[in-house]
Formats: sequence, C-alpha cells, structure tokens
Amino acid sequence: MKQWETICQVSDIPLNSGRAALLGKQQVAVFRISNAGIEEFYAIDNHDPFSGANVISRGIIGSLKDQLVVASPVYKQHFCLRTGACLEENVQLRTWKVRTQGDNVQVGQ
Amino acid sequence: MTKKPLKVVVVGNGMVGHHFTEALAHSNAVVTITVIGGETRPAYDRVHLSEVFAGKEPGELALTSREAYQAMGVKAHFGDPVSRIDREQQEVITAGGQCFAYDKLVLATGSYPFVPPIPGGDQKGCLTYRTIDDLGEIKAAAANARTGVVVGGGLLGLECANALLNLGLETHVVEFAPGLMGVQLDDGGGRMLRRKIEALGVHVHTSKATQQIVAGSEHAMAMEFADESRLETDMIVFSAGIRPYDQLAAQAGLELGERGGIVIDYNCRTSDSNILAIGECALFGGRIFGLVAPGYRMAEAAVSQFTAEKLAFQGADMSTKLKLMGVDVGSIGDAHGREPGSIAWVFSDEREEIYKRLVVNAAGDKLLGAVLVGDCSEYDSLLQYFLNGIDLPADPASLILPNVEGAPQLGAAALPASATICSCHNVSKGDIAGAFDVGCCSLGDIKGATKASTGCGGCAALLKTCVDAEMLDRGMSVNTSICEHFPYTRQELYHLIRVGDIRDFDSLLEAHGSGLGCDICKPTAASILASCWNDYILKEQHTGLQDTNDRYLANMQKNGTYSIVPRIAGGEITPAKLIVLGEVARDYDLYTKVTGGQRIDLFGARGEDLPAIWERLIASGFETGHAYAKSLRTVKSCVGSTWCRFGVSDSVAMAITIENRYKGLRSPHKLKSAVSGCTRECAEAQSKDFGVIATENGWNLYVCGNGGMKPRHADLFATDLTDTQLIQTIDRFLMFYIRTADRLQRTSVWLDNLEGGLDYLKAVILEDSLSIGAELEAEMEAVVASYQCEWRTTVEDGEKSGRFAHFVNSEQGDSNIVFVSERDQPRPATAAERDGDKTDILATG
Ligand code: SRM
Ligand SMILES: Cc1cc2nc3c(=O)[nH]c(=O)nc-3n(C[C@H](O)[C@H](O)[C@H](O)COP(=O)(O)OP(=O)(O)OC[C@H]3O[C@@H](n4cnc5c(N)ncnc54)[C@H](O)[C@@H]3O)c2cc1C
Ligand code: SF4
Ligand code: FES
Repeated sequence: MKQWETICQVSDIPLNSGRAALLGKQQVAVFRISNAGIEEFYAIDNHDPFSGANVISRGIIGSLKDQLVVASPVYKQHFCLRTGACLEENVQLRTWKVRTQGDNVQVGQ
Repeated sequence: MTKKPLKVVVVGNGMVGHHFTEALAHSNAVVTITVIGGETRPAYDRVHLSEVFAGKEPGELALTSREAYQAMGVKAHFGDPVSRIDREQQEVITAGGQCFAYDKLVLATGSYPFVPPIPGGDQKGCLTYRTIDDLGEIKAAAANARTGVVVGGGLLGLECANALLNLGLETHVVEFAPGLMGVQLDDGGGRMLRRKIEALGVHVHTSKATQQIVAGSEHAMAMEFADESRLETDMIVFSAGIRPYDQLAAQAGLELGERGGIVIDYNCRTSDSNILAIGECALFGGRIFGLVAPGYRMAEAAVSQFTAEKLAFQGADMSTKLKLMGVDVGSIGDAHGREPGSIAWVFSDEREEIYKRLVVNAAGDKLLGAVLVGDCSEYDSLLQYFLNGIDLPADPASLILPNVEGAPQLGAAALPASATICSCHNVSKGDIAGAFDVGCCSLGDIKGATKASTGCGGCAALLKTCVDAEMLDRGMSVNTSICEHFPYTRQELYHLIRVGDIRDFDSLLEAHGSGLGCDICKPTAASILASCWNDYILKEQHTGLQDTNDRYLANMQKNGTYSIVPRIAGGEITPAKLIVLGEVARDYDLYTKVTGGQRIDLFGARGEDLPAIWERLIASGFETGHAYAKSLRTVKSCVGSTWCRFGVSDSVAMAITIENRYKGLRSPHKLKSAVSGCTRECAEAQSKDFGVIATENGWNLYVCGNGGMKPRHADLFATDLTDTQLIQTIDRFLMFYIRTADRLQRTSVWLDNLEGGLDYLKAVILEDSLSIGAELEAEMEAVVASYQCEWRTTVEDGEKSGRFAHFVNSEQGDSNIVFVSERDQPRPATAAERDGDKTDILATG
C-alpha cells in the first residue's frame, strides 16, 4: 500500500517550475506543470548524476518531441519527468507518484 | 523447423567487443550471446578517457550497462577474465573457475600498454594508462607528486602528458626516437609540435634511452639515461606503445604474428574457424589497427558471419585528426612520403607555428598523404581527396597555402556518394542522402538515424556541410529555428515580442509556438522580454523561464552552492565597503577571491542563505552585480588622470557612469566594457564588447572585442567623442546588437557574421542609415529608467525569499554540500573526500 506524505501547498511551487522536498533521507524534485491547460505534478530524484549535485529541482522544464522533460541546470542533460530516463545518456532517475488532496501536494512512497 | 541457436561467447568487453555484441544482438542471427569482460565495469569509451582529467565523471563514459545487456538478452559476466580456451571441448574457463561452452568464440581482448624492461621500472610510482582504474591510480599518485614523467612521445603519451599537466604537475615527456608522434608525423611536423607543446610548459626530451630507475635525492625516483643524463621525478607513466592481449590465443595454439597479434583473414577468422578475433588483439595483413574505427569495421565483418549478408574486412584507413593540448594535429595516409617517386610540398610558418606537408604521387594528380600541425582546417578536404582518389587541382600546393585567392574548396557537392563522412560509424555521403529518403529532415535526425558524428566527433563540421547541402538540393530550407517550439530565429522572436507587445512567455507560445517550450527558448524569451520591458525577472510568470543562475540571482557552483558578486562599479570601492564584504564572508564562511573583472566574488553560499546575505549587503549600500545574468558585467577602469601622471581624462568617473547606465540591461550574451585614461590602455578596453580610451580631444570608442575562448581585438569605431556623443553612440550600438544578434552570440561573433561588417555597422549607428537611431535611443532610455536592483526587490518581497530554501518541506540544508579547508579558506570537498572519512571536513548540511 502506498504511503502518501504531504510536502507542501500547491502555491509553494511556482507554476512551471520545481522545488526539492525531503522524504526521510531522500531528496525528491517535485514539479508543477501546466500541460494543455491541465495542472500536473511529477516527482523525480533531485540528485543530478552528471554533476553529483542535488539540483534537478532547479532545472528548466519543457517538452521535447512528446516527452515532458527537465533540463539539469549544471550540464543541461534532459530527464523525462514521467519515466526519469535521461534522453542523452543511458542513465535513469527514480520517480515517485504525486497527487494533490485539496491544496496539499502529496508524494507517494 | 526452428534452428537451434548458436552459442556465441565474446571474450573482452572493450569498445570493439561491445560494438560486436550490440550489432549481433540486434541482427536477425539465431544466437545466444555470452560476454565475459575482464574489467569490473561494462564497456566504456576509452577514446575519451582523458576527459575525466578535465572534469568528466567516469560514469559518463559508459557505452552500455548490465541492464542494457539484460534487455538485449545478452548474458554478461564481468571482473573475471578468461584464463584458458579448451578448443577440444569448445569451452572457455575463467580465472574464477567458471566454464562457458561455445559454438563460436570471439576474441576481443584488445591490447595493453607496453612497459619496457627497465631495471626499477616496476616500483611504486610507475604506472600505465589504458583503463578507468589506471586513471584512479594516476590521480592518486599525482596528488602527492610535484613532477611527472611520461615515457613515450606518441599520441597516447602526449595525451597522458596533458593529463599530468592538468593535474598540476611539472610534466616531462621522454621519447626514445628523435621526434614526437613519429608514426603519424614527419620530422618537420614533429618539430613544430614539439615547439608548441614546449610553449605550454611541457619539457620534452627526445633521443633518450632510459637505462634504469633508481632512488632520487630531490624526488622519489631518478631516471638514468644512456647519455648519462638524469631526470628526477615523483611518478612515471609508461606509454611506450601497445601490445596485443594474445596470451589466450597463444596458449590455445592459434597462429600469431611474429611480433604478436592473432592472425585473422578477411572474415576475421583465426586459424581455428570456430574462433574469430577483432579489435586491437587482431593482426590483419601484418598490422595491428590501434584505432577504434577499424575495430568497428572488423566487428561488423564478424557479425556478418552469423547473418546472410557477407562483409569482408579490407584493412582500414589510419588517418587521424586530434587536438593535443589544444594543438591541432592531423595525419593522412603516407605522411612520410615513403611511396617511391612521390613528391612533397611543405609549408611552414614559424611565427604562427603552423606546419603542413602534402605528399602527392609522381604524376601529381592524387594525394598520398599529409601532415598538419597547428591548423587542421584543410583536414576534411584533404582526407576526401585521399580516400576517394579525387583528382587534385593543377597546383596542389594551393591546398595548403594560406589565403590563396580562389583556393579550391572541396565542397560537399564535389564528393562522390561513396565518400566516407564519418569513419567512426562508417557513414557515407550516400547514407546521408538515404536517410533523407526515409524521412530524416534535420541534422539531429541524421545523427540519430546514422550515428554519424557521435563517435570521436571529428567529422562534425563536414557532416553539417553535407546535411546542409543535401537539404538545399532537396529544396528544404535549412532550419534556423531556435528550437522545436518556435519556427523563428532569435531576431524574429525579438520583433514578434516588441511589435506584438507580448509581455509573457505563455502569450508568446500561444501566438507563435507549440509544445511547452524548453531550456533553449525559455531563457531566450526571458532575455528578450527583459530587454524590451525590463520587468522584475522573478515575477511569477517569468520565474520558470530563467536559467538557474537568473532564477537564484546568483551563479550556481559545481556542488550546488552559489557565488555572490556585488557590483563594484569601475572597480572603485571604499574601505568601509571592503570591510563589510570581509565581515559577510567571515560570518558565512565564504571563499573570497578578487575576480578578473575588478571586483570581489564570495563563493560557497547555500541557496537558503542568499536572501539574508543580500539583506546585509544591501543595507551597506551594495547592489547586485548581475554576474549571473546575460547582461552588463563589469566596466573596468584604470586610475586615470586623477592619480596617474599620464592620464588625460578621468577614466574612473566615466567607467562608473557607463556601468551605472547599462547595469541590468538583458542582452543576447554578457557584455563587458572598460575605460582607459590614455593610450597606454591599462584597463584593456580593446578586448571588450565596447571599450573607451581617453584622447586629448575626447574619447575613442572601440567595439566588438572579446577575451575568452577566441580573443578578438576590438575595432576602432569612432574618435574624439564628447561625453554625450559617447553615450549616445553606445546606446545605439547596444540596442542594435540586442535586436539583431543570435542567442548566446557575443558582440565579436555577431560582427563577424553581420552582413556588411564594420562599415555597415558604422553606417547604421553613426550615420543613421536605417533611420532607427532615435528609436534605439528611446528603447535604451526606457530600460535605463526602469532599472531596479533585483536583489533589493527580492529581499523586500519576503514571500519570494522563502523560495530560496533548499527544501520546500524542511529547514535542513543539502547534506551533499561539504567543504574542506585549503589555504585558510573553504572549498568544495571532492567526491573522494566526501565519501572517505576525512577528518578535516569543515561543515556538512
Ligand atoms: C569569477 C570569474 C573568474 C575569476 O575568478 O576571476 C569568472 C568566472 C566565470 N566565468 Fe568568466 N569569469 C571572470 C572573468 C572573465 C573574463 C575577464 C574579464 O571580464 O575581464 C573573461 C574574458 C573576457 C571576455 O569575456 O571577453 C571571461 C570569459 C568567460 C567566458 C568566455 C567568453 C567568450 O566570449 O569566449 C565564459 C564562458 C561563457 O560565457 O560562455 C565565462 C564563464 C564564466 C562562468 C560563468 C562559468 C560558469 O558557467 O560557471 C564562471 C562563473 C563565476 C561565478 O560562479 O561567479 N567567462 N571571464 C571572473 C568574474 C568577473 C566578474 O567580476 O564578473
Ligand atoms: C587514452 C586513450 C586514447 C585513445 N584515443 C583514441 C582516439 O582518439 N581515436 C581512436 O580511434 N582510438 C583511440 N584510442 C584507441 C582505442 O581506445 C582502441 O582502439 C579501442 O579501445 C580498441 O578496442 P578493443 O575492444 O579492441 O580493445 P579494448 O578497448 O582494450 O578492450 C579489450 C577489453 O578486453 C578485456 N580483456 C583482455 N583480456 C581478457 C580476458 N582474458 N578475459 C576477459 N576480458 C579480457 C580488457 O580488460 C578490455 O576491457 C585511445 C586509447 C587510449 C587508451
Ligand atoms: S576560466 Fe573562467 S570559466 Fe574557466 S574555470 Fe576559470 S573561472 Fe571558470
Ligand atoms: S568520424 Fe568520429 S564521430 Fe564521425
């Protein structure tokens, strides 16, 4: 069964950007996106495997072909928000489920 | 009837073994594949090994992974080399005692560095360079060394020397032969190369035979040479050639070459038809091919043994182009002119340090070989003449002479369809056309479909030329869109925003774009919006568009911390303000450094501390220095007439005026300026985007200079201007640049690409030939009038400051950020320091 943990309010994450959250010892990058008028949330690992810094939440989000992506702010590799897969190299980030309950943003463990 | 799959066992998981495995797994052959790799990690890119010394993570070199093999259905076994082949039983046995049966065995064991048998050559501190593990050992040894020697002045030896240089060692290269890179270069080329790398600080010793290595007095070791000279050093890396790993084959009784190497035929078969050999362990036509492209060709020929298609390996071209320590070196075919009757042309320019040699057949119509040192711009063309046997022009020398009027350029059109464009992935000009036929329509598509230019990258320029030509031929427009979301150039976007009065990204996307945008178009749009309307860049609708540096109003450092650069206009600062900077740095434990731009940078601030730090700085009269932005950085000054006995004008006052006028102006790239008080030019104004030098009669303005990667001397633009004329001219110049430049194009590159060049620019700005002078000035005036210090706005707006916290749900900082002390200041801990238990760790989250 999933454990849902409330991390913040919707408005704590500026639209079309991300924030980092701490889940136990794990750093998670949570993104809030307006996609064709619908608000969507995604969560992937905040650790950037290429630079070793915990900064994925600070990347620019967007779309490439049909994939929703975030660009690492350090060396600009792109990671798919849905699967965590890196588009340029054979590297995979972990992903989490996110949902909103009222104004609360919750990440599923 | 289904065929029983053939059991294929591949020994060695280097670059070639991997290429073979991947190709076989993706073919229609009915096989089961087992890979046995001697190294603990799956195949990686050995060709780019040295980039790890320049900051790349070893993990980034990976060509595959255990998971990827699993997904292909390949069984992989790493870290346990094969120790014996049993040809009778058709099985291989590993050092760890595991046994694998095969129907077909593929040896791809590569080669190892040759260490000459020198007494003392096996002591601690004597290393080799071939694997990721070797890298670790070299780095570890270098940490305790001051001096390093590379034995061997060939291609790999020089690459290794560069690595030692990067690691901060006094670096020596010891070569047995009289010249460097003797295989690829002739004497003249070797001499020029030596000259160039000596200028970089590498000590080169040629014709030196090392006799023994004994204990040193100043350093750990002393090398003693046959000519009785000595060289002391702390570490030695042997790079004196490679030897094929053929011991397994020898023990199994396969035929070897006289000097080693497993003998193979056109089908890559060894003397046992069930055993194939490919890559650097294989000997074909009496040669070992020590490059990756021929190895890939062998792998493809070997794969074809399992499929209907039959490819033969025919030998391979060994031409190379590389950058050694920033020096361009190219070698094609018969570089030494060994072919009887061949004729050569040599061009040597000792001032520019360029050497070129062209070797041509006796009839004078075909290229046999070439050597290029210091300038490889002709390499692609020459290689095509060579590979495709294209007839040379009547005067072949014109191919290597500089600036010859009408020197024939071998355009894409002149190449036959069979011309190899990318030798790493064996992509011909015909393959590119073929890829267009099946739906590719851009350079990116072609790279994806053919893999061209994804190996060593050496073919990138030629590939682009061919793709562009192909597109023109097909009547396709060459795509100049900034990205997939907007079919426009930056200039066009600028006009759409300005003319359409567009105020935010969403409106721009809705009116003119598609998709969600990306990390190319978002910051570009953010910059144009700011140039036009100069809103606070962290307004809700602009926040997500900003590059990280802009979003945090600070430069992100390698460990995720930030640097702080307050504006110090003209480099002038009061003692009281200096003390404030010192106090803030002390209280937050920040690394402090005077920058190359006459101001002070405080490094290592945590994101969450930025608002508090800036609150203190602002209270003491500082404002943001925009070091994070593509906008005006610094206006450097010299002391000028106030103090200097030569100064003719007050350069400091003018620098401060200029800096305050243009601070915060968002532009396609960063802008730098300087003002010197006289022609002695102590402020280096002629290396700036716009530079000002005082004259007896006013100010001279220089434009489009650049330091950095490709320095460009600024051009004199206008002379003897009054203060007002100077500002008016700069206003127009900057706004015209902002309107028309590409994204991330400095003024220097912009001018070099501007049709009509400097004369056109003078006409537009000084003579107002387009009648836009007043408009440009008004646009600049609007930006100047709406300036705000972004940090002040942020600090005053408490809500936004909350967003600088590392976590949205915790007060904790990032535990990954760890500092150690060096020269009495903090610096980021290296990964090794962070992982190990270092006792002198200063602080963690
Ligand atoms: C701090 C400083 C080095 C120092 O310790 O002295 C520096 C540091 C950086 N420079 Fe620089 N440059 C610094 C002076 C210079 C200078 C010297 C000067 O301005 O007189 C130059 C050559 C002059 C020029 O630009 O023409 C210089 C040419 C570059 C370039 C190459 C630009 C080019 O056109 O080739 C880059 C890369 C780029 O911009 O793409 C760069 C990029 C960078 C970046 C932003 C690299 C990065 O992306 O992280 C560094 C970030 C600094 C930080 O985190 O705060 N830096 N950089 C200097 C800050 C000056 C300042 O007070 O703002
Ligand atoms: C620093 C450096 C720079 C280079 N630069 C270039 C360049 O710019 N251009 C270029 O074309 N080439 C370059 N090369 C050469 C290129 O890397 C080689 O040509 C290529 O790697 C050869 O591939 P391979 O698979 O035959 O051998 P390798 O890549 O050496 O792989 C062989 C593998 O087999 C393993 N092995 C050996 N014996 C056994 C056993 N008994 N059991 C199991 N496994 C075994 C080895 O451990 C190794 O992992 C460079 C090489 C180096 C070291
Ligand atoms: S030269 Fe500039 S960009 Fe390069 S490392 Fe130094 S500070 Fe960074
Ligand atoms: S030639 Fe090496 S990538 Fe094309």
